[in-house]
Amino acid sequence: MNGGEHSPGRPVFIVDGARTPFIKAQNKPGPFTPVDLAVQAGRPLLARQPFDRRHFDEVILGCVNVHPDEVNPGRVAGLRLDLGIEVPGWTVQRNCASGLQSIDCGFRAIGQGLADLVLAGGTEALSHSPLFFSSEAAAWFGSLTSARTTAKKLRLLAEFKPTYFKPSIGLVRGLTDPVVKLNMGQTAEVLAHRFNISREEMDAYALESHRRLAKAQAEGHIEELVPMIDRKGTLFDRDDGVRPESSMADLAKLRPVFEPPFGKVTAGNSSQITDGASWVILASEAAVERFKLTPLARIVDTNWAALDPSVMGLGPVLSMVPMIRRNGLNRGDIGAFELNEAFAAQVLACERALDDGQFCRDILGLDEPFGAIPMDILNVDGGAISLGHPVGASGNRITLHLIHVMRRRKARRGVATACIGGGMGGAALLELM
Amino acid sequence: MRDINPTRHAALAALARDPLTVGVPTEAQPDIAEQFVNWRWFIDRDGIGWALLDKPGSSVNTLSETVLSELDSLLGLMERVAPKGLAIRSLKPSGFIAGAEIREFADMTDEQIIDERIGKGLQVLDRLEQLPFPSVTLIHGFCLGGGLELALAASFRIATREARLGFPEVMLGLHPGLGGTWRSLRIADPIAAMTMMVGGSPLSADRARRAGLVDAVTEERHFATALRQAVDGKVKKNRVVNLASRAAAFAPARSAMAHRMRSEAEKKARPEHYPAPYAMIELFRDYYGNWSAMRREETRSFAHLMVGETSRNLVRCFFLREKLKSYAKGLEHGISRLHVVGAGVMGGDIAAVAALRGFIVTLEDREPRLIAPAIGRANQLFERRIRNEGDRRAALDRLMPDPAGSGLATADLVIEAVPERVDIKAEVFARCEAAMRPDAILATNTSSLLLETLMSGLKRPERFCGVHFFNPVPQMPLVEMVEHDGLDHSVRGRVLSFINALDKLPLPVKSRPGFLVNRVLTPYLMEAFLAYSEGVKPEVIDQAAVDFGMAMGPLELADTVGLDVALHVAESLKGALPGAFPEIPDWFRKLVAEGKLGKKTGQGIYQWKDGKPVKQRPPGQPDVDLQDRLILPLVNAAVECWREKIVEDADAVDAGLVFGAGFPPFRGGPIHYAKTRGVGDVLHTLRQLQTRYGERFGASLGWEALMPQ
Repeated sequence: MNGGEHSPGRPVFIVDGARTPFIKAQNKPGPFTPVDLAVQAGRPLLARQPFDRRHFDEVILGCVNVHPDEVNPGRVAGLRLDLGIEVPGWTVQRNCASGLQSIDCGFRAIGQGLADLVLAGGTEALSHSPLFFSSEAAAWFGSLTSARTTAKKLRLLAEFKPTYFKPSIGLVRGLTDPVVKLNMGQTAEVLAHRFNISREEMDAYALESHRRLAKAQAEGHIEELVPMIDRKGTLFDRDDGVRPESSMADLAKLRPVFEPPFGKVTAGNSSQITDGASWVILASEAAVERFKLTPLARIVDTNWAALDPSVMGLGPVLSMVPMIRRNGLNRGDIGAFELNEAFAAQVLACERALDDGQFCRDILGLDEPFGAIPMDILNVDGGAISLGHPVGASGNRITLHLIHVMRRRKARRGVATACIGGGMGGAALLELM
Repeated sequence: MRDINPTRHAALAALARDPLTVGVPTEAQPDIAEQFVNWRWFIDRDGIGWALLDKPGSSVNTLSETVLSELDSLLGLMERVAPKGLAIRSLKPSGFIAGAEIREFADMTDEQIIDERIGKGLQVLDRLEQLPFPSVTLIHGFCLGGGLELALAASFRIATREARLGFPEVMLGLHPGLGGTWRSLRIADPIAAMTMMVGGSPLSADRARRAGLVDAVTEERHFATALRQAVDGKVKKNRVVNLASRAAAFAPARSAMAHRMRSEAEKKARPEHYPAPYAMIELFRDYYGNWSAMRREETRSFAHLMVGETSRNLVRCFFLREKLKSYAKGLEHGISRLHVVGAGVMGGDIAAVAALRGFIVTLEDREPRLIAPAIGRANQLFERRIRNEGDRRAALDRLMPDPAGSGLATADLVIEAVPERVDIKAEVFARCEAAMRPDAILATNTSSLLLETLMSGLKRPERFCGVHFFNPVPQMPLVEMVEHDGLDHSVRGRVLSFINALDKLPLPVKSRPGFLVNRVLTPYLMEAFLAYSEGVKPEVIDQAAVDFGMAMGPLELADTVGLDVALHVAESLKGALPGAFPEIPDWFRKLVAEGKLGKKTGQGIYQWKDGKPVKQRPPGQPDVDLQDRLILPLVNAAVECWREKIVEDADAVDAGLVFGAGFPPFRGGPIHYAKTRGVGDVLHTLRQLQTRYGERFGASLGWEALMPQ
């Protein structure tokens, strides 16, 4: 396989990885900040490596909602994981694929010979999303602080408006595209309309996601998961968003949450708001040899593509197909796919697009449809609908879990891909070792 | 990949540390040849004199007689030179001054002589106070006791943020004796100052400043600037005048305050056992505001306390503590990573204490669910003991739950703390030895199994020993280090040093049933159980022991430790030492069988609510006979252990019981108590008890060697 000029340089391997359980955001800040999560996953991962962790060339961490006490969470995580003062750390943000972006940056650095050992991860604590005071309210607080005399302070207090107490929710704002003014769920509604996806089809997909995750949990197929314990001594040892007892009837009861009352996308057929972190260790051949590491998979290629933000859900198609094709491969050559389940409608829209002759001709430049991904090799252990979508971490999780699926199924090649708020898609092509 | 270069790393790390600020000596020093052993002096380029304390051969500075007399001469020298000001600081990285040199007054028995020596010391500090130019003490690290008294005599006290200031004299059965009482009360918030002196706990620099004891708190890197500004009169002298200090000017208010202080003190230390806090409160009540009178009375009270038995025994305990610490003297543990197997009450707490003290710890158990509570308890410990939230988080980061046992491969020391069964421990040892580094050390927290039994399957028995911690681990200072004949000498030293690094007291013991503490405690506990069987109320039994001075009564202790643990220890000792204590009563076995294990299950001998036993009111009169019945078996067993050389000597026996079993420190330990009481009297009483209760009160053969010659 040769990606030509898109995959220059030395082979890059993933030798190990781990993630925290993904925990649903409750109505208050969760027990872990983004870096806390990164530390909970990183500690046991690094403890089981046969090399001194100070050998890492760098640590790269994807994170969208950076906590104000943890600016540049990549560096903070590196220090708290005891990589030592001399390993540089940085943070990347490409929205929903930040955790894949960190892998890509490590991949390109090692490929070019700039590094041999990189710790690449993603983390998100959506439960810690900030509340924002309006600019007006913030200005008022600023005036109050700088007011010197009692008279001045009293005057300002008289000008206080009750609406100052109503903060806006950072999460809601973060999930709204500033250019097309649609929130992520609305883009799923756009695609549902475009590709004729019914409410029942979305709910059925969502149900299957929960069923697959529950089965994977029961059969011990979530091998990359390491448990975590908070300060109160509470153990988190499984992804808690799963609803194995859900039924179509339950899902049918939910009201459309983004475009009521006639919309089709509900909380039940969307990904969940979740906290979680994931890491992978990338290594060059030299590092594998020196430390006698066991490569799990080789990263063959990665690709990023962009499209209209209002249909961002099609990002996976635009990023993965050219990548697969330029490596001389077709859909049938790929044995496992992880396509991030931002919304059931969005996954199903990708499938329809892949099967659509006109779409594949006009947009992907293919003579024939690429072909929808068979359900038995797509998101085989569930996905973000049942697991949750900690935005910065998901890209990393799907890559890591893909490796475990490939090993289990003995699939020689696998693709991990995600749609990205803002109108992009990212994809990685892996080869099993 | 990145290369790891320890030299470069050390140099990088050193960049972040502020070296101790010391003035730059001016070219032309005064033409005075006087040099001192403990002090270095010079005049700096700004015309400020420097007095730097650096006691040779010690890692801490103490205020010994020589240090004070040299200071006297140094002050005289400075009076002649007349610099702009005088800076006084310590050159020891560990801190300013840790207190007086206790060794110097350990043997003093004459109040008159003490009075005279104190008078001399007071004169030196007066001289400091009366210098015709400002004096500035630059304080880093700990500034305790006599060190704080010296600082209070200076014009200014400037401290780093990490400095800790206090008056720990009460721990030795004393109160400040070099002017600390009136010099602190004169300028500080009286409540804060009294709390310091009565309680003995140090204050952080910030709290000391808020209390009025420190003028400025700043970083070491600003000391030079702060010094110059203080000398130039630009630093405000911090004096706290508040409601409390104004009220304390009135005798009735002071009486009320003193009454409050007394009630608080009585909760922790009974007046008949520990007179010092009450003497301090009386000084406050009777002489606050009348500083010259308080000065006089401070000396008188101090001298009187010093010759008293309590203080003498507390000083003895100080030396017993130093004795235990000296077992680790000069030894490096070389341990940075600890792996603990078993996340129960003991293992979890050992891991937490180690993480608190800076070790990187991996904590293993069969399932994550069994490790989770240990993390919760560790967090509670860190919240109590660590002020700064960043440091607390760092301690939690250092404590990694490790169900997979990944930590074994890199651990320097592995401690096993799994249930007391040979088969379970053997399996753990085999697994650990297979995964550990060959140069790593393996240790067991067993309380009742002999090393010889546990060692039989080991590949590297020379790297195996026992580290027996006591419950609750964060509070109990003693750790029995159990050794055997084949133990590698350097491993022994490293483990002793490690125990020291945990801020615990190591006690080497031979591998014998019950080691030292359990062996000595069990007859005492079983006698208490027997009395309970006979119908004596548990509150009465416990009260008798507490009246004697034990930290906790035997039945409450058994409930606290866990009746299952107590039963296990008793059974294993019964087999090894028949006749040493009464039969294990049925009700005890029954309680354990029913799962009523004491504090941890909410019900044992007592019912437990909110971590406290529910007790009826005990009678007022101390029952001396019951006391003897309980305590003398303990003393007898202590003598037997001494005879068998379970530990090095009689002082080691006493140290073990004081620091590991709550034996009253003011009595100096069981063997010391027996000698003080009179060996003849003890033996006589034992014989009476033997006649009345049975053979188990038979005197140990060791008593012969203790008879006065």
